Amino acid sequence: MTKPCTILIGGVAGQGLLTIGHLLAKVLVRSGYYLVVTQSYMSRIRGGHNSFAIRVAPTPVAAPSETIDVLIALDARSVDEHLADLAEDGIIIMDGAVAAETGDRLCLRIPAGEMGLAALFNIVAAGVASGLLALDAGVLTRTLGEEAETLASAGVALQAGLDWQRQSGVHRPLPEPTAPMPRIMVNGNEALALGAMAGGLKFAAFYPMTPGKSVILALLAHADRLGLVVEQAEDEIAAINMALGASFAGAPALVATSGGGFALMVEGVSLAAMTETPVVIVVAQRPGPATGLPTRTEQGDLEFVLHSGHGEFPRAILAPGSPEQCFSLAARAMDIAEQSQGPVFILTDQFLADSYRSVAPFDPTAVPTVLPHERAPDDTPTYQRYALTDSGISPRALPGRGDGLAVADSDEHTEDGHITEDLGVRVQMVEKRLRKLALLERLTLAPEYCGPASADLLLVCWGSAGGAVTEAAELLAARGIRAAALHFSQVWPLVPDQFLTYLQQARTVLGVEGNATGQFARLLRRECGFAVHGQIGRFDGLPLTPEFILRRLAESGW
Amino acid sequence: MVSLEDFGRHETAWCPGCGNFSLLEAMKKALVLLQLAPRQVLFVSGIGQAAKAPHYLNANLFNGLHGRALPVATGAKLTNPELTVIAESGDGCSYGEGGNHFLAAIRRNVNITLVVHDNQIYGLTKGQASPTTEEGVVTKTQPHGVAATPFNPVAVAVAMHAGFVARGFSGAEDELAGLIAQAIAHPGFALVDVLQPCVSFNKVNTFSWYRKRCTTLPADYDPTDWHGAMQRAQEWGDHIPVGVIYRNDRPSYESHLPVLGQGPLVGRTLDKNALAEIIAAMA
Repeated sequence: MTKPCTILIGGVAGQGLLTIGHLLAKVLVRSGYYLVVTQSYMSRIRGGHNSFAIRVAPTPVAAPSETIDVLIALDARSVDEHLADLAEDGIIIMDGAVAAETGDRLCLRIPAGEMGLAALFNIVAAGVASGLLALDAGVLTRTLGEEAETLASAGVALQAGLDWQRQSGVHRPLPEPTAPMPRIMVNGNEALALGAMAGGLKFAAFYPMTPGKSVILALLAHADRLGLVVEQAEDEIAAINMALGASFAGAPALVATSGGGFALMVEGVSLAAMTETPVVIVVAQRPGPATGLPTRTEQGDLEFVLHSGHGEFPRAILAPGSPEQCFSLAARAMDIAEQSQGPVFILTDQFLADSYRSVAPFDPTAVPTVLPHERAPDDTPTYQRYALTDSGISPRALPGRGDGLAVADSDEHTEDGHITEDLGVRVQMVEKRLRKLALLERLTLAPEYCGPASADLLLVCWGSAGGAVTEAAELLAARGIRAAALHFSQVWPLVPDQFLTYLQQARTVLGVEGNATGQFARLLRRECGFAVHGQIGRFDGLPLTPEFILRRLAESGW
Repeated sequence: MVSLEDFGRHETAWCPGCGNFSLLEAMKKALVLLQLAPRQVLFVSGIGQAAKAPHYLNANLFNGLHGRALPVATGAKLTNPELTVIAESGDGCSYGEGGNHFLAAIRRNVNITLVVHDNQIYGLTKGQASPTTEEGVVTKTQPHGVAATPFNPVAVAVAMHAGFVARGFSGAEDELAGLIAQAIAHPGFALVDVLQPCVSFNKVNTFSWYRKRCTTLPADYDPTDWHGAMQRAQEWGDHIPVGVIYRNDRPSYESHLPVLGQGPLVGRTLDKNALAEIIAAMA
């Protein structure tokens, strides 16, 4: 087996599929493999059908795959749901007591009941799978032992699974791993939290909402040690207003939410812009409208975020494509917010939020750290919070930290921050705020182009779609097609000089997005006049995969 | 020495005779009583004629959105507990648009003071019923009279065991200054609901209407007796009690946060080594 291998664990919520998903993924990371985890779950505490898929490879891999090589089915429904995606040489691991139609596939039926381990079948199955893939038993045992809630019997169950596999004589060993050690296992939202903290985050406020919430959980895990206040607000409106209060007082601040929660925060976006208060807003997208599919993924909120907030003002929107980018762009977002004194967005989604990867440990010293109090303005009694400057950036005083008074106003205001209806001042202030766009454009990240110059087919994407689209282009190239991918990790502002020639030189340009209407393609057309030649959109709640993209391309003759 | 002059005199957008004027003076007097200099104080306000008040004295100010003074004040106070944080707005802003934040602030008990200009009407938008407008009052937008019962902020705050609950009257400026000073000095969330006339739009609850009814609590009144306070909080009619209705010594929200035991968030650096250790432990 030299190509990537996908292990999918399926079951009912509450059967322990997350436990063994984490266990197997962690063992793979510790053994030096690359992986991409895709979690698909229903919006319920118990029951339903959930899955945890690990695509593992000896060399770097960045996208999920639909083809399953090892299916660990904790219930019959998992076989029914996934049999069609099982590779011809794929293997099913299931409890012998469960009746399910498995076709002509190789099925390992474990007599868990006879072993007296029916209640721990998930761990037995993890042992069987580990043996099958020839994972290091020492790493496996150590990793299981680290789980705080591990029962003594779990070790017995794991060993029973390993023993059963050895006697079965069935083997699917993974090729030798190549990742340089050490590696850490981290998902998108954990990486975002770490990046924000590296970037100087000191205050976060939230109202719980999936899938934005796990950013907050990751912050809370380290808040006491690193000196952060993380506050659960009474609603999302309060959350963003608290963040603005904290930021105004000198704590770099963040809010994390998802579609409907962000809808409530929108007045705060406009307030951040008017008061020129730095704030980072993480929007983890899920399918809408309204409550939509609460636990699934989509890239459907780009236009909403871009246009959120009444009035005209500059903003930046970052869209990481991997946990590594989640880390570096979260720190960057903190820095851009502080430099530009306004709202900066990070647009992620459920797929990336929950997708564990194996990455080199992040280096907190490699990113800028915001320290607002160190950028003390000339704190004199004549200090003016909104002094008119060429750059549009006014020196920022913090209340109580100097002799200058910090006065901010949501009304149109004079240079000293007080309410005004002087229409001449109004014009000056609008122009001042809009001048900050030049700074944001200077700080805009260029998209990444991958493939031959003057491609026959250029696939344009943004955010979490990057891995799948890049792999699709590589698969096309392997078939002799001159295909390339262009991935935007910042979607606003757009600087056409950074990418327009790529679009113009390609023979065919297709937009590939996790939404139904091609929002980014429309934005490209608006900003640089370039119309893509076609569109591939996915909006069934599942992440884009190379297979999905290739199927759609095949339908149009590629 | 901090004096009244430190807070300056500014031109206002208020109607002559408005209760806001004496409330503004009482606020300055309270700050002088406590010897708080402009740089030590952060006002946070919402939207409405009352919310403009902090523009008319020298201090730090965040004049935010309608209803949202308390969340902004909460974020600022948790960031820098050394600041004296005062939220100031009207009855519509504080009890209508900001109602959920009012309840949450009482429960949370962050050490901020909320001063509400309660004139029982929306003034800036010219005379619609507010949450505290009395039943039956006819306005342009309630042509058949207000059908909802009025919100009693004092009773709600006492019922929720708020740390400090006072009612003031803008016609008794020095007494009001004393109440505000006590509220600021209270180490937790403090509410001062200030009855005041709106000379332009509230023709029912006029200056003389309030003057006739507002009665200072007797000297032997015990504001730490919750049951007695609940009873006082519901008195509204010929006599309206004015003074500190209720107080307790619930510990402030900040005192529960170990992070703030190490000083304000603002000014603290990041321990990058600790963060690197946290990341390394994910291997």
